[in-house]
Amino acid sequence: MMYRIENLHLSLPDMTRKPLLGAAPRIEILKSLTFDVPKGAVLGIVGGSGSGKSTLGRVMLRLLEPTAGSIVFDGTDITHTDEVQLRPMRRRFQMIFQDPMSSLNPRRRVDGIIGGPLRLHGLDGLRSRVDEALDMVGLPRGFAHRYPHELSGGQRQRVGIARAIALRPDFILADEIVSGLDVSSQAQVLNLLEDLVRELGLTLAFISHDLSVIRRLCSRIIVLHQGLIVEDAETAELFTSPKAAYTRELLQAIPLPDPDQPWD
Amino acid sequence: MRDARGNRRQPIGLRLWLSGGWLLILACAAIFAPLIAPQDPLAQDLFSGRLPPFWESGTEPGFWLGTDSLGRDVLSRMLYGARLALIVALVAGTLTCIIGASLGLIAGYYRGWPDRIISRFVDIWMAFPPVLFAILLIAVIGTGLTSIILAIVIIDWTRFARVIRAEAMGQGAMDYVASAQVAGRTRFGTMLTEILPNVLPTIVALLTLEMGIAVIVEAILSFVNLSISTDAPTWGGMISEGRTSVHQAWWVLVFPLITLFLTVLSFSQLGEGLKDRFDPVLR
Amino acid sequence: MRPFLSIRNLSVALKNGGLILRNVSLDVAVGKVHGLVGESGAGKSMIGKSVLGTLPRALQITGGEIWLDGVDLLSIPPAQRRKRIGATAALIPQDPLTALNPTRRIGPQITRRLVDILGWTKADAQARALELLEEVQIADPARVMRNYPHELSGGMRQRILIASAFAAKPKLIIADEPTTALDVTVQKQILRLIADMQARHGSALLFVTHDLGVVSKVCDALSVLYAGKVVEDAQMRRFFCRPVHPYSRALLAATPTYTNPTGSLMPVPQSVIDAVEREVVQHDRRWRA
Repeated sequence: MMYRIENLHLSLPDMTRKPLLGAAPRIEILKSLTFDVPKGAVLGIVGGSGSGKSTLGRVMLRLLEPTAGSIVFDGTDITHTDEVQLRPMRRRFQMIFQDPMSSLNPRRRVDGIIGGPLRLHGLDGLRSRVDEALDMVGLPRGFAHRYPHELSGGQRQRVGIARAIALRPDFILADEIVSGLDVSSQAQVLNLLEDLVRELGLTLAFISHDLSVIRRLCSRIIVLHQGLIVEDAETAELFTSPKAAYTRELLQAIPLPDPDQPWD
Repeated sequence: MRDARGNRRQPIGLRLWLSGGWLLILACAAIFAPLIAPQDPLAQDLFSGRLPPFWESGTEPGFWLGTDSLGRDVLSRMLYGARLALIVALVAGTLTCIIGASLGLIAGYYRGWPDRIISRFVDIWMAFPPVLFAILLIAVIGTGLTSIILAIVIIDWTRFARVIRAEAMGQGAMDYVASAQVAGRTRFGTMLTEILPNVLPTIVALLTLEMGIAVIVEAILSFVNLSISTDAPTWGGMISEGRTSVHQAWWVLVFPLITLFLTVLSFSQLGEGLKDRFDPVLR
Repeated sequence: MRPFLSIRNLSVALKNGGLILRNVSLDVAVGKVHGLVGESGAGKSMIGKSVLGTLPRALQITGGEIWLDGVDLLSIPPAQRRKRIGATAALIPQDPLTALNPTRRIGPQITRRLVDILGWTKADAQARALELLEEVQIADPARVMRNYPHELSGGMRQRILIASAFAAKPKLIIADEPTTALDVTVQKQILRLIADMQARHGSALLFVTHDLGVVSKVCDALSVLYAGKVVEDAQMRRFFCRPVHPYSRALLAATPTYTNPTGSLMPVPQSVIDAVEREVVQHDRRWRA
């Protein structure tokens, strides 16, 4: 198992309702989540806004500390491991962010963005590793000297992917990585990710609000609604016979480019 | 704040050239004042008092911009005055920047208790009336260059702290900071390598602005006779003296005033110009 | 007779000369919904902005006609134009978060336009606002009128914006990506609501979107844009059954659908991009000649 997540809870203080004195009331964002991510699997995590899907991703990468429950990554319990001990492990689980504009430091060139984490983990042959990563995501090597704002949206997202795979991680979390892209670059990025998963033998968790983009990529899907897992099923099964009412509602609400789709 | 992005297509060279050029001239004047000043700035000569500048009648050679009521050469005094002005600008500006920006960066990026302590401190600090504070300070530790610089630093570091804190908070919420954590960078390392380069343009703009402010504060303190000794050539002191005789000898007031104005303006324009020129995001 | 909204050969350019819209023509009849589809930067939003006179300052209309209700907006003085637009057209904006003033209650934000611009009495406007909120299926409209925007969900806010767009009984509604910021389940409700309101009021609706799925649900006809040029103009059914232009076909093929389990997503092929770019270049050459 790459990830074994049991009974995961997360609550955060609600600062907008904080009384003048005393602690702010806590809002439950994740309520008792249990699921596994087998090695080599591509897991889809689907939900609407406020479902807690992005928060779940950040807890899995331990950018947030869960309130209760446990996260076991490849046999190591990382639920409450502190940042210093976590740091050497971080190379093994990486993330691709939703908004490539905000996730790429605007004042660094592409080679710095991809090479920074490599240097941090003391990897040698920086230059060739950066080039290799650019090759793998299909960007010309000359892009190494560009700034993020000199790239298109799709190209930026490729840099984000290159940064994650350059470390040769075991696991990658992709958080809504195509939602800001046009359909043409969406297809390119999705196809690229699919190829990389196969070539590098990655385990991937793919967070999205859009069931349409998830079907292609994922072997299993969990559907999140208001901090709870309402459905956890094989991909084909989820689309042919969805069990949860919310999943059905979600499926029926997707507008297909087809005038004959029932829509009422 | 002005959105600099909208101006990206405008030519940005001129502003930088003019402001930088003026400050360069001023720096040369300050450094080489003993060589280029035509007269001794302190030499009094009551017989040649209130000589007009060179293009008017009744001038004497060697007193290009005229003399004040005590017969001291205006040009020479301005050149020596530039020394004091620039020393104050550089030293006070830099010190203020380092102290204020570091505290702001820490408060804005680390949040939590460091932020609470620093922010409270800034709030309390800013409740003191600044000019009164400076006057009090100089009254206690005495006049002199060090006191002026100290007064400026003590009053103005809060400006940096507040602006940089807000800026660092904004940057801290960006995903590239989370991404640095995913990569395994330390908190302190992230602050230096990710946040600092992104707030640097603001720091530079603030720094040059602060240098301009330092020049003005120095002039004000000279004006109220709280700068260095009354005899020493300072722009503020000259303006103060010139004020009393503006009807008989306008040049004593006007030349230092124009110099002061151009210098302060150049500092603020230099900051904006540098930001436009060297910020890869805006370029 | 001219259609209610008829745009003829509209060209919009950056002040430095770069073309944003290239000879765009389209018609929207009363009671019809016309979709404007394209990827980001195709200029689809700029068409709506040209009609409403809200183009960004860096852009200007360099040629063409915009006929609204029998009058060419570009041939009348600006003051008259604004008045006509204010009386006949309204906008449903993209982002329900920023389109409402966070410091004012909902009620005045709906009634203000009626009172200030159309000269209604306060009581009339108030009554109309209540009626509208009910029409957009908001429970307890009287309470919502007293709420501030931050007290309401995104879907609620979009409903309010729809209500306020229909407040002055406009004959033309321009909806600029009205559901992009919403969840699919909420999107479905909002799309239905817009379609209902449009049908009930019989307005002409110009619907800007990047999502071909959404187009197939609400539009009667559509224009596909690339680089500010209309590459295909079609009735909705015809478009989805037999798209003519290669770029339209590529766009359809690139749109992900969950009903197709094995089919690979087809990125828009470079050859199609090159071909459509050549069309744009040819157009510009003719245009400048």
